[in-house]
Amino acid sequence: MIEAVDVHFSYPNKVEALKGVSLTVKDGEFVAIMGQNGAGKSTFVKHFNGLLKPTTGIVRADGVQTTKTSVAALSRNVGFVFQNPDHQLFSETVEEEIAFALKNFGFATDVIESRVTWALNLLSLTQYRKTSPFLLSGGERKRVALASVLAWDPKTLILDEPTIGQDHEQKEILRQFILQLQTQGKTVVIVTHDVEFVAESNPRVILMKEGKIVADGVGKDILTNPALLELASIVLPQIAQVFSKLSPLNLPKNIIDIYEAKDLILKAWESKTQK
Amino acid sequence: MSVFDGLRFRKVYSPIHNLDPRIKFVYVISIFVCAILFFQIIPLLLLFLLQIPFVLLAKVQRQWLRSLRGAAFLATLIFVINVATSYFTSGYHLTGPILESAAALTLRFVVLVESFSVFFLTTSPDHLGLALEESRVPYEFAFAFTTAVRFVPVLAEEAQTIMDAQKARGLELEKGGLLKRIRNYVPVLIPLIVSAIRRSLELAEAMESRAWGATKKRTNLYLLKLHRGDYALLAITVGILATAVYIHFYLSIPTITQLIH
Repeated sequence: MIEAVDVHFSYPNKVEALKGVSLTVKDGEFVAIMGQNGAGKSTFVKHFNGLLKPTTGIVRADGVQTTKTSVAALSRNVGFVFQNPDHQLFSETVEEEIAFALKNFGFATDVIESRVTWALNLLSLTQYRKTSPFLLSGGERKRVALASVLAWDPKTLILDEPTIGQDHEQKEILRQFILQLQTQGKTVVIVTHDVEFVAESNPRVILMKEGKIVADGVGKDILTNPALLELASIVLPQIAQVFSKLSPLNLPKNIIDIYEAKDLILKAWESKTQK
Repeated sequence: MSVFDGLRFRKVYSPIHNLDPRIKFVYVISIFVCAILFFQIIPLLLLFLLQIPFVLLAKVQRQWLRSLRGAAFLATLIFVINVATSYFTSGYHLTGPILESAAALTLRFVVLVESFSVFFLTTSPDHLGLALEESRVPYEFAFAFTTAVRFVPVLAEEAQTIMDAQKARGLELEKGGLLKRIRNYVPVLIPLIVSAIRRSLELAEAMESRAWGATKKRTNLYLLKLHRGDYALLAITVGILATAVYIHFYLSIPTITQLIH
């Protein structure tokens, strides 16, 4: 569980990036943090594993106050995958890259071996085991970065802009993957601009603007509220846009799920043709 | 990264910012030469104080102080090493002159840092490139130089992100002995170098697609011209240099220890 209580944070150059943010993410939750550039999303999630410490306020990860321990110790439970994989890849082979964190956390050699195999398999990277990560494509590098964090099986996973540079298929795999993590009781927090990705996954959505949380609720309600989305410089998901323009049909407006949309449209059509 | 902050240019308008970068550079080099000429504390202290009006005129005192703070570690190191070596070579005597000469050498370093800091804080990379070009440096080199200067803060920021990313993978930079600590930086340095190379290739492509180097003879939108202030600074520079040379060769400078006794 991650708890943030009235967190304020200023960068050394005196820019106040967070202005009193409180949030509790329960175990097993899937949360998407959205908002325009500079809203403080990344700054906020960097508090979850102690990379940044609040100027005032408290952040606790599984009951441990982040100011009282090291990033390394917190990271054991809170895995953080950075936006740009090139900011972390450095090993000669993909295998070593994934083993890096496991060695840091002091896993036994045979455990490292099995965890690496497991993570490679999980993200369909087995064929690249002995390849240099620098020779892989952008999407593959991103998967290596993800695998290198998943390998130590953290309880909570934070993904900063996981969908950037991924094609549709990879996004779909990522989405399935997150849902799978959830069934294992993992907590997943993503920071993203990708409104369609969020609409399809339907997590708890948190909107941030200028260092504050402006909305917190289920995706279905928040992503279909034009006033809220405008605050955070986000456009409605395409399905919600369609439904917002179908008002003559008297259909509900808070629809973001394709299947629900299909059922409603079919029903409306059937009732029309029956008349 | 406070050292970089002390060198990063910010757009401010002040009499110092408007000075010709070539003259400013001559000034910095002259201060540099003067600092090398002396190893006594009094002239070095004077040189140090001489910069302060410039800093105040340029209104960069805060960044300037930060660069000095950034240099504090190296300065301390210089002082300690100087004291230690003279202490051991003089047969284990810790005397006033030893401390004084160590302090003077440290001060010399501080003077160098402060004058370069003033130069970089008040000279925009564009001006610098222009100055190089007008000093007949080939445009390619001038451009490479300004680009390098401009990318220092970008790299510093990137280094911070990389450190964060590796810390999040359990890397503890401050752990272990000296050798282990140096090795700890490998996971930071490799991504930094790789992304710098990648960035430079991208930059090269972007520049070529904007017709970089299409004509041999380029024209500039702005031209450097010497104004009254520049001649004044040049006069001051020559004055300082001449005085320093005169003092160095014809006057004997007392040390503080001599003054006390």
